[in-house]
Parts: sequence; C-alpha cells; structure tokens
Amino acid sequence: MNRSPLAILAFLLAAVSLVLPTGADGSGILLVSAPAILFAAAAVALFVAPSMAALIALLVLVHIGAFCLIGALSSFAPTGPSSGYWCLVVAAWLLAWLAVQRLASLRFRSPDIQRLANLALPVLFGAWLLILWEITVRGFSVPTILLPPPSMIAARIASSVPTLWADFQQTFLKAAIAGYAIGCGSGFLAAIVVDRVPFLRKGLLPIGNLVAALPVVGIAPIMVMWFGSYWESKAAVVVIMTFFPMLVNTVAGLAASGAMERDLMRTYGASYFQTLLKLRLPAAMPFIFNALKINSTLALIGAIVAEFFGSPIVGMGFRISMEVGRMNVDMVWAEIFVAALAGSLSYGLITLIERAVTFWHPSYRT
Amino acid sequence: MTVVALRPKAKTMADAAPKNVIDVKDLSLVFQTNDGPVNALSNINLEVGGGEFVSFIGPSGCGKTTLLRVIADLEQPTSGSISVNGMTPSEARQKRAYGYVFQAAALYPWRTIAGNISLPLEVMGIPKAERKDRIARNLDLVNLSGFEKKFPWQLSGGMQQRASIARSLSFDPHLLLMDEPFGALDEIVRDHLNEELLKLWAKTQKTVVFVTHSIPEAVFLSTKIVVMSPRPGRIHEIIDCTLGSERTLDIRESPEFLEIAHRVREGLRHGHSYDAAHL
Repeated sequence: MNRSPLAILAFLLAAVSLVLPTGADGSGILLVSAPAILFAAAAVALFVAPSMAALIALLVLVHIGAFCLIGALSSFAPTGPSSGYWCLVVAAWLLAWLAVQRLASLRFRSPDIQRLANLALPVLFGAWLLILWEITVRGFSVPTILLPPPSMIAARIASSVPTLWADFQQTFLKAAIAGYAIGCGSGFLAAIVVDRVPFLRKGLLPIGNLVAALPVVGIAPIMVMWFGSYWESKAAVVVIMTFFPMLVNTVAGLAASGAMERDLMRTYGASYFQTLLKLRLPAAMPFIFNALKINSTLALIGAIVAEFFGSPIVGMGFRISMEVGRMNVDMVWAEIFVAALAGSLSYGLITLIERAVTFWHPSYRT
Repeated sequence: MTVVALRPKAKTMADAAPKNVIDVKDLSLVFQTNDGPVNALSNINLEVGGGEFVSFIGPSGCGKTTLLRVIADLEQPTSGSISVNGMTPSEARQKRAYGYVFQAAALYPWRTIAGNISLPLEVMGIPKAERKDRIARNLDLVNLSGFEKKFPWQLSGGMQQRASIARSLSFDPHLLLMDEPFGALDEIVRDHLNEELLKLWAKTQKTVVFVTHSIPEAVFLSTKIVVMSPRPGRIHEIIDCTLGSERTLDIRESPEFLEIAHRVREGLRHGHSYDAAHL
C-alpha cells in the first residue's frame, strides 16, 4: 500500500472544498460531480495496490475531474470562483502529479510499451500545462489581450486554417527552407575550401565571425532593400544566419579525424578526395549535424523576424506584427503555436536522420 | 627452350631490383622542436632481406617507431638514403608496396569489419566481386570469419587488432610494417596473437618489420633483432635469431631462447637503455 503524501493532501483538499464556498451561481451538475470524482481518484491512489490498472483508473478519473472543473468555469458569477473551487483545482493537480510520478517510475518489459510510456510523460506534462493555464486565466479573469486561454487559441486555429497555412507556406516552406538549404550548403562548401586552402582559414574565419555577429534586425531591412519584400529577402537573412554555424562546425569536424586514421589513408596512397570522402567527412558528421540542428532553429527565427521589416500581406512574421497592432492576440498565439510545432518537428526530423547517420558515435552506440 | 627464354628476363630483374627489400644507408632524422633540434635517428644502416622477420627493440625514444615511419614514408629523413623494394619510400607507398599495422587498430567505426577490410581495396579501385572474395579470404586468415557484419566497437581489443591485420593484408603487400601492434593487449591475448602471426608469416611468406618493446616477443617472432638505443636514436646491435621455423610458445623456456633473450638484454644495457637518467 502506497500512502503518498500527495494523495493524502489531495483527499483532504477535496474534503475541505465541500465546506468552503465555490462562488458558483447555482450548483451545476459539473461542480457537484467534480469533488466526487476527485475523491474517487484519491481513494484509488490511497487504497488500491499500485498496478497498471490502478494507474490507468487514476489517470482517467483525474482527467474527468479536470474536465468537470473546466466545464464548471462558465457557471460562475462575474466575481469568479472562490476558495472551494481552487481547493479542487489543487487537489486535481496533485493527483495528476502523483499519476505522472508513478508512470515515470514504471519499467515495462516490452520496448514498444516502454516507448509509449516515455511518450505519454511529456504529453501529460503538456496537457496539464494547458489545463492549469485554461483554469487560471479564466478563473482569475485575466484579460485575453495579456494571455488568452488555450481554448480560445485553439478555436482561432480551427477557424483560420487557410490563413495559417498560407503564412506557413510563405515563411516556412519558402523563406526558411530555401534559406536553410542555401545557408547550410554554402557553409559546408566554404568549409571544405577553407580546409583545403590554409590561408583562408586565417583570413576567412575571422570575417565569418564578424558576419555571424551581425544583428538580424540590422540586416533584415537591408536585405529587403536588396532583394525586395517578397520571400527572397527573408531567405537571404536566413542564409546569413545559418552560414557561419555550418562553416565553423564543418571546419572543426574536418579536423576531428585522428592522426592515425589519416596516416592509414596515406599508407594506401589515397588521394585527397578519397581521404575526404572515406575518412574525414564521415568523421565530421556529428559536427555537421550539430550545425544542422542549431540552424533549424535559427532559420525559423530569422524568417519570422525578417518579415517585421517589410513583406507582402502574407507570412507568419507579418501576421504576428499586424495582429498585435489590432489587439488580436489569439491570432498571434496561433502563429506562435504553428511556429513552435514546425520548429520542433523539423528539429526532431534532423535528430532522427542524425541517429541513422552517426549510429557509430559513442553517444548513440547500442 | 623456356629456360633459355626466361633467363635474360630474370637477369634484368635481378639487375634492376636489389636483393634487399629495405636498404637504409647512413640515415639520420632531426626533428625541429621548440626546445631545439632532437636527433630522432642517427646514422642508421640496415638491410632487410625478402621473407625476413625483423624486430626493432629498444626503450621509448630510441626511434624505433620513427624508423618504421620513415620506411613507410610517413616521416622524411634529414640525410642519408633509403630504398624500399628498390624505390624511394614515396614511390613504394604510391605503389602500395607495404601494409601498415598501427599501435591501435584504427578501424573506422562507421564501417563494419568487412567494410573496414574493404577500405584499402576501394581506395585502390579493386572491383566489387574481387573485394568480396578478398574480404572472406583475409578474415579467414585471422580467424574472424562470421564477424563480417559486426562493427569494430562490438569486438574485443584482440579481435579489433586481428581485423586491422586482415585489413593490412587484404591488398596483398609483400611487406608488412607493424608498430607495436599488440602493445595495448593483455599478455594472454598477446601470446595467442604472436603464435597466430607466426603461422600467418609462414603461410604468406611476407617480409615483416615489427616494432616492440618486449624482449620475449622480439625473440619469439624474429629472424633478426635490431637492438636500438636512445639519445640519439641509433642501432646498437643486430642479433640473428636462429630458433628455427617451427616455434611454439613452449620454446620460450628453452636454453636457446633464454640465451638470445639474454643477449638482447645485454645489448640494451650496453646501449644505456637501463640508465636511470634515461628512464
């Protein structure tokens, strides 16, 4: 029997909530069932021997409880909910905490189920971030211009899919990806030239350093003047931002192969290109992927920020700066959501490719 | 008739190529360091004939590895002359005259064992079908058949070094240069690999130049032991090792073996290898 202090506290809070005022106009069905469900969840946590079934029951009950609490928000007077309601919120949060804790400590035999459990952890974390965000913002009547509740952002996303898609296409699929490909590609080629011609290493690298230090907000208007206000100027900003990390990392990577490995190629009478292809580039891959990952984040930031300085009437950065001016903060948040989603998905994709290519590296060996 | 026809050809061959695989004359090498010049090799004279097994032995800093690297064209001598297969070391390297085995296996971790053995063959432009054939043959030679698809980091240190020997043999060089290949292995594995190396040598009839700092290893393997001494790096004495070709590990308790080992140790002592100032 696992008498966790979290569960005891949740149980007590649920009990206390019954005698405290909730602040509701009437007693809606949702507000009545919430304490009952949370009592049940606390009881499962306290009195049922820990098992997979008990954990699932706990998770289901806690989330039904959270659903009731969110649903009840609309039944309050303009003054908002009071202490009894907040006791229930804290109780639900504690029980969710406990459930995640138990899930994290479980070890599964099947690797597939283990992977599923590993995936469930961040999902639950994210879900509770959203639940608490929703309840806090609506419960305390925070002005939506400061922070809109997630439900409002979700509704905005659902209702403006065509706009979001057009912006995504403009900023991510055109400017960011083109700039990323050109920036990384040219940085890579420049690194090979720099490595081959010794004086360039001394001459070009410091200048590259200077370019890397240029502020985006400074270059972006100039690029707009050079390349026009369409996506090409944004791609140019991304090229400038991504070039240097790739150059420096690839130069370091090309120097990463050991003296013995290089002597070995020499004993075979290997040519420069044979040594490059068969030894130095494979050895440089961990460094190159490092740059690809850094650049994937930089590219999105560059493309969005560059649009603040002149763009056609489409694009994520354009939309953000315009909707902020019109106080449509929910649309800003919708764009932020799309950017975060696109950014993490592309980062994840690069990480997957990295694992496949540098499987031999000590940090990935199985 | 055939004999007559072959003779002139054989004769010109003999004229063109000297008898020795390696010929070193008055060779010196000075490294320029921040602390001033260092005489890594001084006045080296050495001949290695075909099919010999020659060991360089001496303490750290005696130049044994440097001498091997000069033969392999990985270092350039300051003065003197050296020929490998009758060519300069650079030409010999370009013609892939030797296989080199390093102190560490130096297998590329992104290639399988088969891929690593295939590496020199790919560099030398050997077609795929023949590569496959040679990989199988050389893995068999070092008793690693069945490990083709493993990656180097999945193998023990001894197996890795065997794979690296298979790699150096894969393009069939007549000369094998080995730089303390078993130095990092424990003694049991080392004994075992020494025995295997001798069998390999007998089977393939290659010329081997072997760097070591172990007296028993040198005596057990070699037909000729080159005793070197430090500061400046030079050859102190060359000892012929006449233990016959049928050598097993038991031979190391025989009086002949101990006698030669004693001579090597005396040579090292007279070369001041045991002086406290040098240790």
